[in-house]
Amino acid sequence: MSPVATLHLETASHPETLTRTVIEPLTRVEGHGKVTLLLDENNRVKQARLHIVEFRGFEKFIQGRPYWEAPVMVQRLCGICPVSHQLAAAKAVDLFVGARRLTPTAEKLRRLLHNGQMLQSHALHFYHLASPDLLFGFGADVATRNIIGVIQAHPALALQGVKLRKYGQEVIRVLSGKRVHGVFAIPGGVNKALGREDRAYLLEDIDQMVAWSKEAVDMVRRLCTDNWTKFERFGSFRSNFLSLTTPEGDFELYDGGLRARDDQGQDIFDHVDPAHYLRYLHEEVKSWSYMKFPFIVSRGNDEGWYRVGPLARINNARAMGTPLAEEARKDFMTLGKGEPVQATLAYHWARMIEMLYAAEAIRAQLEDPDILGTELINQGERATEGVGIVEAPRGTLIHHYKIDEQDAIVQANLIVATTHNNTAMNEAVRQVALAYLDGNKLTESLLNHIEVAIRAYDPCLSCATQALGRMPLQVELVDAGGQRVDRLVKGSDGAFVGEAG
Amino acid sequence: MSNTFFLDGAEIPFREGQTVLQAALAAGQYIPHLCWRPRLEPHSSCRLCTVIINGRPFSSCTQPAMKGQSVACDTPELQALRRAVLQMVFVEGNHYCPACEVSGNCRLQATAYHLGLHDNRFPQQFPVRERDSSHPDVNMDRDRCIRCETCVRASRDLDGKNVFGIHGRGIHSKLAVNSPSGLLKDTDVAAEDQAVAMCPTGCLTVKRVGFKVPIGERTYDMESVVSVALKEFREQEAAHG
Repeated sequence: MSPVATLHLETASHPETLTRTVIEPLTRVEGHGKVTLLLDENNRVKQARLHIVEFRGFEKFIQGRPYWEAPVMVQRLCGICPVSHQLAAAKAVDLFVGARRLTPTAEKLRRLLHNGQMLQSHALHFYHLASPDLLFGFGADVATRNIIGVIQAHPALALQGVKLRKYGQEVIRVLSGKRVHGVFAIPGGVNKALGREDRAYLLEDIDQMVAWSKEAVDMVRRLCTDNWTKFERFGSFRSNFLSLTTPEGDFELYDGGLRARDDQGQDIFDHVDPAHYLRYLHEEVKSWSYMKFPFIVSRGNDEGWYRVGPLARINNARAMGTPLAEEARKDFMTLGKGEPVQATLAYHWARMIEMLYAAEAIRAQLEDPDILGTELINQGERATEGVGIVEAPRGTLIHHYKIDEQDAIVQANLIVATTHNNTAMNEAVRQVALAYLDGNKLTESLLNHIEVAIRAYDPCLSCATQALGRMPLQVELVDAGGQRVDRLVKGSDGAFVGEAG
Repeated sequence: MSNTFFLDGAEIPFREGQTVLQAALAAGQYIPHLCWRPRLEPHSSCRLCTVIINGRPFSSCTQPAMKGQSVACDTPELQALRRAVLQMVFVEGNHYCPACEVSGNCRLQATAYHLGLHDNRFPQQFPVRERDSSHPDVNMDRDRCIRCETCVRASRDLDGKNVFGIHGRGIHSKLAVNSPSGLLKDTDVAAEDQAVAMCPTGCLTVKRVGFKVPIGERTYDMESVVSVALKEFREQEAAHG
């Protein structure tokens, strides 16, 4: 794979001569971010960047806390995918009580919880955030290009979206006590068995959820294929892909080994033990972003960047474990003609296939007799370092902790899905800026094209900014005429460097 | 005529030697309190149990019940003062309920809910306090200490160990440990001690058991703080009179 095609648009050579346009806040994404565009006098794009403007710092303030607090505290990173953070942290802290394997019931209950979240998160993103663009067009009137517009124009569809999400939230509530930020996964297992009444309650509506998920796949397939000429090229580029897979190489969300494939579908690495992720993945820091830029070590930071999330998982999987989703996966993969599907907008299609998988998997898990078991906790020989990796709705989520002899966390490293997609989202922004904005008079509809590209990745910007003390900062003093007078830069090593403007 | 007084207009009987709070609880009437516990000597520091008797404020946990007195407890003014006291308790420490392992089992949190505390009102102080995780089985998180001295009294009077004390003065006072190193690992405190079990917040906890009780089955998920306090008092009366 070659380096990013539009890298020259990451940093303009003479920004002081350019006009700055800002899309802020980005709408219909989780968290706070903005896009800045620098244009010359002919409206030619000279620089395009996606910035994450919020800062969280969980990696720092989890330090010193007892390890059993980690799954509960760190899930507060996010209101959409807290279950993924809870489970990734729980998998890491399982090792601190020596639970290298969970009881069959505990593992199945955690998977059930995770599928509940996958269902609700994907439904939220597609119906509430993405569908207005796909149903009305990227340049449609902003007054209707929103969830209210969807409710008015397609009430039955909007209701399905609400109910699909509600069902996923109910799975989470039944297991963890709350729809958002419940408590379920604890070191070595889970804290509650599933009762027969609760199982019956969840089984009542699951067939409908599977049917609606199948309809969603059919609808997004139709939307994509009807517009494929445009969709295939929109914000598109070739990239590597990273995800978990089962030992057999199949689709996996909760456990398994890491697989990275290049843009032609060839393995870069496979079946990598999560504990060894640091040998394969590194992160680059850039002075203009709070969010780091991960890359595959063997390919270097220019060519080693990759994508994660629904598109990566489906590209990397040999098969999916449920019948309807597997059928949909095979159909989807014909787009790539034997290679991974590269289109940015194909994320929507892949996401709905995953929602169908989650619904089918929930049904299978509820029908499994083990799910009613009462052996919930395992333990063994204590370890002092743990890595937990799950596939969150937006992609691969890595939690890594070290503890001391007093059970306190001394080090934490979190690499979240949105961070993995940082280079890709910036590339998508630059591609769209070049294709649609370059040389044109900027309008709201044109600027929405940029947001459409970002939305395809379903970024969670609040999840993505954790490190404290290592992030680079830049402060500029600008005079009334807009000229830079002074500049102070803090590097990734924490050292400050002054620079006269 | 038997000994009685009036609490918010209701006639409350009392035995000689009972405080207003004890007599109220014996009659099934709850007066908000945090630092008072049935098995411990009254401390009169949290001030939540303040009532108005004949126009003057008294802490009901130390004020002897007297025949015929008129006690005002559940008035808008007193409830507002109790909320203000609790708001100060919250901002003077670092109480982060969302990730706290005693959430749902916490008397401070339950009392705050009972009194309708919906915000902190005062500026958060963010004090820097030292944690002590040195003991193999007991964790001490001073961020959550409200200096009620429940552990001080319980360790001394119920456990017979005298492990805890308060060091310093005023807002700078903090929970201290009675050992040469000042660390819990050098004391004979144990996970089974009443000092640990009776902590009304998450300051003293048993290690490695956090979050094992699911949401919905925690103490205050199932019972109100009123019900728990009344039951605790009845059990103590039944056991010791």
